[in-house]
Amino acid sequence: MSTREEILALLRENARYSNEDIARQTGLDEAEVAETIEELEAEGVIRGYQAIVDPSKTDVERVRASVELNVTLDRETSYADISERLAKFPEVTDLRLVSGDFDFAMEVEGDSMSEVSRFISEKVAPVPEITQTVTHYIMESYKERGVEFGDGRDDDRLSISP
Amino acid sequence: MTFEESERLSTVPPSGIRRFFEIAEEYDDIISLGVGEPDFAPPWSARDAAIASLERGQTSYTANRGMRELRERIADDVHSRYGLDYDAGEEILVTSGASEAIDLAFRAFHDPGDSVAVAQPCYLSYVPSATLAGADVIDVPTREEDDFKLTREVLEESGAGEAETLVLCYPNNPTGATMTREELVPVADFAREHDLQVFSDEIYAELTYEHDHASIASFPGMRERTVVFNGFSKAYAMTGLRLGYALAPPEAIEAMNRIHQYTMLSAPTTAQHAAVDALDNCADDVAEMRAQYDRRRNYLLSRFDDMGIDCFPAAGAFYVFPECPWDDADAFAEALIEEEGVAVVPGHVFGAGGEGHLRVTYATSMSDLKEAMARIESFLD
Repeated sequence: MSTREEILALLRENARYSNEDIARQTGLDEAEVAETIEELEAEGVIRGYQAIVDPSKTDVERVRASVELNVTLDRETSYADISERLAKFPEVTDLRLVSGDFDFAMEVEGDSMSEVSRFISEKVAPVPEITQTVTHYIMESYKERGVEFGDGRDDDRLSISP
Repeated sequence: MTFEESERLSTVPPSGIRRFFEIAEEYDDIISLGVGEPDFAPPWSARDAAIASLERGQTSYTANRGMRELRERIADDVHSRYGLDYDAGEEILVTSGASEAIDLAFRAFHDPGDSVAVAQPCYLSYVPSATLAGADVIDVPTREEDDFKLTREVLEESGAGEAETLVLCYPNNPTGATMTREELVPVADFAREHDLQVFSDEIYAELTYEHDHASIASFPGMRERTVVFNGFSKAYAMTGLRLGYALAPPEAIEAMNRIHQYTMLSAPTTAQHAAVDALDNCADDVAEMRAQYDRRRNYLLSRFDDMGIDCFPAAGAFYVFPECPWDDADAFAEALIEEEGVAVVPGHVFGAGGEGHLRVTYATSMSDLKEAMARIESFLD
């Protein structure tokens, strides 16, 4: 693995590792770690750092939905044009072009079901290229970005063993 | 009527690790760096295969030597990874953990009065198993100046040439030492010159970080005198499933199997199904676990270095073996649990050559390792 890949692997595992933690785990120089991360950020390889939050454990009720979108393209409009327009809405948290029965898989978030519904009907559906929207409200989340939301596995090993 | 221990058993002392276990058990919330097993769960694919086998009711005995399909996969695996050639029909015995295989070998090939040279410090079962088989043990203490590798010099100094059998374990528990192919050459030469049997415990073979694992059985003239022990506990994090194996020439496997068939009959069937899947589907999981262990190893070595604690660059298993900052390692380990809630094991528990050191396990999450190192640092201040 190259230095960049190694650092990326560690940050994807835990974005809160300090430069010192990364340096100690990889044997790299701390300054080299800092410099590489700056490069990765400057080049847009690293786009941000966020906590993975289990919504059921917070007091704030947020509503999330995954929305399937079908679109028609014409000579003037590409997928990129449509995505750019949709991605600008702060309600849209994720937007991907996918293969299969529909074109875009989009995730939206709001304070209530009515707010999300209104957003879809007033802001998304009227986009001229969008021919169909199918909205699935997320009822429960069990795993996000590789992290399971169960109670986890207790360490039931003996405290000292040969 | 009272039960009177056999004379043979009365020469086996209770495990030296017991005392520290009891101390550690008195405290809640300790961070234990004293554990001899992985912190990972077995790969889900292997667990799923075990569950599926239970659903199908596949819970009968298997062949004494283990399921044929498992032995075939083991033969392929040790061939591709270590260049070892063993016949699935006659040269592989699947056992209830590598520990069972080790016990079988001592009992199958030793009579009272034989001597067994044991490279130390080492896993706690070799000396008691040898003693229970009636053999006398010759201590072969490896040295920190050699990075705890086995050298011709310590073999000669300890009189290992007089023994019937030489026992070694690399990558090593408790030191984390490994041996390269070149470093094994003089050991193999010594074994041939003195016509020794070799028991080679290679249970940590997959956890080698700086070089490829080399098996002593792959050297010229060694296969016919060597029993190799390996298993699924460390590489696949399957300790509690109890599954290991021995590789040896047909007559040796036949002898070990004669004890195995009466004492164990066959290794746990559910575990054998998990192991088949592990060998078929879990190479990536092993690689990922290895990468994580390697990062933690680097982390610990770097922290100890900054603390001014001497620690040779252990390159295998999931242990580092730093020098104890105090003269009395027992007192240090006890005080560290009592005052900081961090458990480590004094090295002398693992035999000759371990004095003045501590076994520190990194089969623990990075966050716990960080916290434990911070506590050790503050303890030393």
